[in-house]
Amino acid sequence: MNKIVAKEFFSENVVRLEIEAPRIAKARRAGHFVIVKNGVDGERIPLTIAGSDPKKGTIDLVVQRVGVSSRKLTELNVGDEITDLVGPLGKATHVEKVGTVLACGGGVGVAPLLPIIEAFKLAGNRVITVLAARNKDLIILEEQVRKYSDEVVVMTDDGSYGNKGLVTEGMEMIINREKVDLSVVIGPAIMMKFASMTTKKHNIPTMASLNTIMVDGTGMCGACRVTVGGKVKFVCVDGPEFDAHQVDFDEMLLRLSGYKGIEKEAELNYLSKNCNAK
Amino acid sequence: MAVSPEFLKAEREQPWRVELRSKMKNKERTALTRVHMNEVDARERILSNIEVNQGLNQVQAMAEAQRCLDCPNPTCITGCPVEINIPKFIKHIECGNFADAAKTLKETSTLPAVCGRVCPQEKQCESQCFYTQKMNAEPVAIGYLERFAADWEQNSGQMAIPEQAPANGIKVGAIGSGPAGLTFAGEMAKKGYDVTVFEALHEIGGVLKYGIPEFRLPNRIVDVEIDVLKKMGVKFETNFVVGKTANVEDLQEEGYKAFFAGSGAGLPRFMEIPGENYIGILSSNEYLTRVNLMNAANPTTDTPIISGKRVAVIGGGNTAMDSVRTAKRLGAERAMIIYRRGMDEMPARVEEIKHAQEEGIEFLTLTNPVEYLADSQGRVSQVRVQKMGLGEPDASGRRRPEVIEGSEYLIDVDTVVVSVGVSPNPIVPDSLPDLKMTRWHTIEVNDDNLQSSIPFLFAGGDIVRGGATVILAMGDGRKAAAAMDEYLQKNQ
Repeated sequence: MNKIVAKEFFSENVVRLEIEAPRIAKARRAGHFVIVKNGVDGERIPLTIAGSDPKKGTIDLVVQRVGVSSRKLTELNVGDEITDLVGPLGKATHVEKVGTVLACGGGVGVAPLLPIIEAFKLAGNRVITVLAARNKDLIILEEQVRKYSDEVVVMTDDGSYGNKGLVTEGMEMIINREKVDLSVVIGPAIMMKFASMTTKKHNIPTMASLNTIMVDGTGMCGACRVTVGGKVKFVCVDGPEFDAHQVDFDEMLLRLSGYKGIEKEAELNYLSKNCNAK
Repeated sequence: MAVSPEFLKAEREQPWRVELRSKMKNKERTALTRVHMNEVDARERILSNIEVNQGLNQVQAMAEAQRCLDCPNPTCITGCPVEINIPKFIKHIECGNFADAAKTLKETSTLPAVCGRVCPQEKQCESQCFYTQKMNAEPVAIGYLERFAADWEQNSGQMAIPEQAPANGIKVGAIGSGPAGLTFAGEMAKKGYDVTVFEALHEIGGVLKYGIPEFRLPNRIVDVEIDVLKKMGVKFETNFVVGKTANVEDLQEEGYKAFFAGSGAGLPRFMEIPGENYIGILSSNEYLTRVNLMNAANPTTDTPIISGKRVAVIGGGNTAMDSVRTAKRLGAERAMIIYRRGMDEMPARVEEIKHAQEEGIEFLTLTNPVEYLADSQGRVSQVRVQKMGLGEPDASGRRRPEVIEGSEYLIDVDTVVVSVGVSPNPIVPDSLPDLKMTRWHTIEVNDDNLQSSIPFLFAGGDIVRGGATVILAMGDGRKAAAAMDEYLQKNQ
């Protein structure tokens, strides 16, 4: 169960894992996520499904090293098995033909965006994608994104690839040029906040896929709660996608920082322990 | 499904029981005093997760068993949701036949070591005991004795596997591995069915694992009972969310003929007051899941926990007691219950409240939070509360709490655990559009056989009752198994 059948480094800290999970591969739709827990002492972390091959019975997860658990996952190799993998969780993306869709992915957020781009393209929409990252090395999945996009705009903070500037500048360029009917933004919370402020200015309906802290991922704890349109919602069962213009991103950013100190300390401990072992 | 009086009478007339009754006069029996359970001292137990109640030893258990009068009409059984033959197992203990006592429990109960620990016996079997009913005296300690017999068997290393009917090859599924699903699985396995239990989490046991703490119910106790089910041929699929990983229709295609939904009431409620989403405010489900299921307090595990110095737990149920006592064990200097009604209205078990008091938990009753305040980092720093008075009784029969105007004040806190109730989990119902639900979002079932509006789907426990007790969930599991058996035999 849950055997890793392929592993590919997108960059130094971003890894694609292809994992055997036949039931999830068959049941999952764009927008779904899984909870992964590895080892007896592992924690449960949410990861969006980046793609699947129902015939092969595999799903793709893209993992960015940001702390102990994600680092441990990226250190697994082909042939290793992940002890616990559950899903598909959350609500699938609501996909229909709306006209022109502006998809925006920041950093590793491109991975969860990819199946959504694919679904909107297959539903007959014109899809324009803005890929944004700090630098050239962090732009991932560009080739796959191009396959399902009518146009791709690449933005890097340092100008090392594509256009120099932030995601919002790329978005403005498109919005000022043509009519956009729907926007989808996925990336770090701060990027989604500013991206959705941009579309709000132009009255473009926008969905964001939220990446909050989760424990069980099935609605039983409320760790992932966010305020949407003044109401408390659980990202794992009510989401992960919401009307971006209704989301209280400032509160979400605050809640994401809840365990920052503990996480940092844990990572330093883990790294120093591994150094000693060598 | 009541046990027939004739059956009970025949068992009571067995020579060994007749002889036992003749050994001691009822007057002598009633003159004995109820046994006292050994407990670990409060100062010691708050330093670890050690189980507070230490159980009875053989001498204590046999002495307590003598108090039972082996009534001709054993009313205690009517108070037990799974109808354990109480006099029979107790009389076995009196004789020192502990293995037979354990076997008697297993005739109708799947998890006796669990029930002996967490059932509110004072509201169930013990409330119907002859001593309580007719003598206005302390009841026979049925719960302690049940636990004694079950523990004795676990420690003997020879767990008896209940008798099973020959395999009939019919596949049935239990959705959820909490007390309802486990009991259902055990009962169906006894009847010869091919049972698979589907569990969404990575561990089996539901609330027994993620909710009830080690100091009340050690995980190893639960695991031994689950192991018996495995030996009976029950299969377990963890990390499997029915309605997500696969739908009921998918499973029907794989040959499943009927299902029991015991997916519980896991959805935590919040009060929806200002500031409730600040850092450091979490549901009791999250708090207890981190500590119990994820072992977050252990530094070798990856799941973090914020162990506050000033912890306020909002609510007065068993979950609130579990949370506040957990906070104490995680090193809280001040661990408080904030409850809007009075001590007498608290739904928690009397024993849990007593234990909490011994452990130095503060009780702020007739007090209700109205707002949370945070520091510059967004971490909760204070809770604004108001004092309450009690007015006229409301629909539930409890006196309605009323706000005392102008009584607000602030309490310093760094962690808040909200334990004000749960709602039924919607994942299973959402995947079955034809399923009839009540307006409380519970599954609507026929009271007599727990069958839902979809004939092959039975349901029980908290998904039908809302937040209730372990033993009621177990009773439902047993009742649904009997009804499903009848349904499947008729529809073969």
